Amino acid sequence: MVLDERSKVIRRLIIRMIEVEKRGHIGPAMSLVEILRVLYDSFLKFRIDEPFWKERDRLILSKGHGCMGLYAILADKGFFPKDELDTFCKSDSRLGGHPEWQHVPGVEASTGALGHGLPIGVGMALAAKIRNQDYRVLVITGDGEINEGSVWESAMSAAKHQLSNLTVFVDYNKLQAYGPTAEVLDLEPLADKWRSFGFHVVEVDGHDVKALERITSCLPFDSKKPTAVICHTIKGKGIHFAEGTSEWHHKSGISVEEITSMHNCLI
Amino acid sequence: MRKVCLDLVYQLAKVDDRIIFIGSDLGPGVLNIMKNEMPERFFMEGISEQHVIGMAAGLSMEGFIPYVNTIATFITRRCYEQIALDLCLHDLPVRLIGNGGGVVYAPLGPTHLAVEDIAIMRALPNMTIVAPCDADEMRRFMLKSLDWPHPVYIRLAKGGDEVVSREENGFEIGKAILLRQPGKGLFVTTGVMTQLALKAAAQLETEGIQCGVLHMHTVKPLDMEALNHWLPKVAGVVTVEEHTRIGGLGSAVLEHCSDVTPEHAAKIARIGFPDNFADKYGSQNSLLAHWGITVESLCELMRKQL
Repeated sequence: MVLDERSKVIRRLIIRMIEVEKRGHIGPAMSLVEILRVLYDSFLKFRIDEPFWKERDRLILSKGHGCMGLYAILADKGFFPKDELDTFCKSDSRLGGHPEWQHVPGVEASTGALGHGLPIGVGMALAAKIRNQDYRVLVITGDGEINEGSVWESAMSAAKHQLSNLTVFVDYNKLQAYGPTAEVLDLEPLADKWRSFGFHVVEVDGHDVKALERITSCLPFDSKKPTAVICHTIKGKGIHFAEGTSEWHHKSGISVEEITSMHNCLI
Repeated sequence: MRKVCLDLVYQLAKVDDRIIFIGSDLGPGVLNIMKNEMPERFFMEGISEQHVIGMAAGLSMEGFIPYVNTIATFITRRCYEQIALDLCLHDLPVRLIGNGGGVVYAPLGPTHLAVEDIAIMRALPNMTIVAPCDADEMRRFMLKSLDWPHPVYIRLAKGGDEVVSREENGFEIGKAILLRQPGKGLFVTTGVMTQLALKAAAQLETEGIQCGVLHMHTVKPLDMEALNHWLPKVAGVVTVEEHTRIGGLGSAVLEHCSDVTPEHAAKIARIGFPDNFADKYGSQNSLLAHWGITVESLCELMRKQL
């Protein structure tokens, strides 16, 4: 999937953050860009000057290590100035290596330890049902993240409560920190797993903007079920030498030459 | 105590629509009245403590006040990271009600005992720990729990515990209650060890030794003011807790003393469980006795301190 200019713009903001401390979870941020972009550009209801607006849709980045992708889109939307991206991971910055609630406008939960976002999302979605509110809850998980048992505990609960206002996006880039998910702890058959846990399941190329837009426009697919969108993605997408490699999952001591090479990938 | 606690959840829920009850897999019929009257705010979520804590966090972030209930050791150990991050890092008003704090479940063995729950909860920023001594005090606490803006761990005793708390003492979270005026000695206690200390103090009185009992229903935040007031006035202090000696009430008192009034530290002796898993079954009282927590052992240590 060829990246359009908007996808490149977001990725350049991510590289801008990497430049600050020469470090970051690069692969997991790059694989997320189109998912986040579609959600913020065409799906989510939000107000940048009122981050906790009651009617907003809630998006929890459960794979908190992908936060550079989230910070980039939040800055792009105007939740905070883009210049703040130049403080990423600095001592006094609001923008840490994992996102924190009530520190960063637009961040709905402090995440980083894995397997926490979906349980919190279930609580938020239940709250909407109890109070007859219309907001929707979206949770973005990693693929390695769903090794965690807590994800599946919550999946059972989401189905039990028929949380059609809850959607899980799985960033399925097939690589976790150590190596291929298929070797570390195989998730397959992944769609069947979510289906058997009571979700409506769709699969999509997670870098195909049009396809993602078609899916989000159909949410919820089932008025009595939560939805799982399995997004087939490429770790490090857009930075060809980082694509499909665990070495770029998290990297520190990144050289100026490597940063230049990253920019060159996006020309 | 548990019955009063859960009944208060229901009573509070009737007048405050922010109240939610979440159980894991409790006994049949628990809070049926709430389930029937307000099913939208009653949840029995299954044996999934990690999920339950996260779900409670999500509800709380939306303005609800969830009271979560299951066995003490499961609600503290199994979901520790969720408590640390989902509740304490976000500093959310979720209440964790732990059944069978200490060795209430002695016959069920070490998997079901909560002997380090206070220690691990105490280590978490923003956490409040409350261990009432009887059902009446539980009632007073629950009425105060509603608007406390932080997570709370509520440690329940066995139930049917002798009522020693008094209405006139009221209840303020973080404020210790002096249940017996000190003479030379002072027992500092929490939970149902308060009853044991009152008995020990009565026994010592027959020997001409006057001892007070300072009931720390709130272990965190510790009432440092009360300690600062009483420590200089007594010759010996014995802390008593149904908990490992590592990290609980006795540790908290010693830490405070070391930081603020180190000249009084030598007065303090601690009674609690040894650093072992339980190697006996029996009953709560027999296990307490096995580990040397009896009226006589309290008296003996106090005599030694004095």
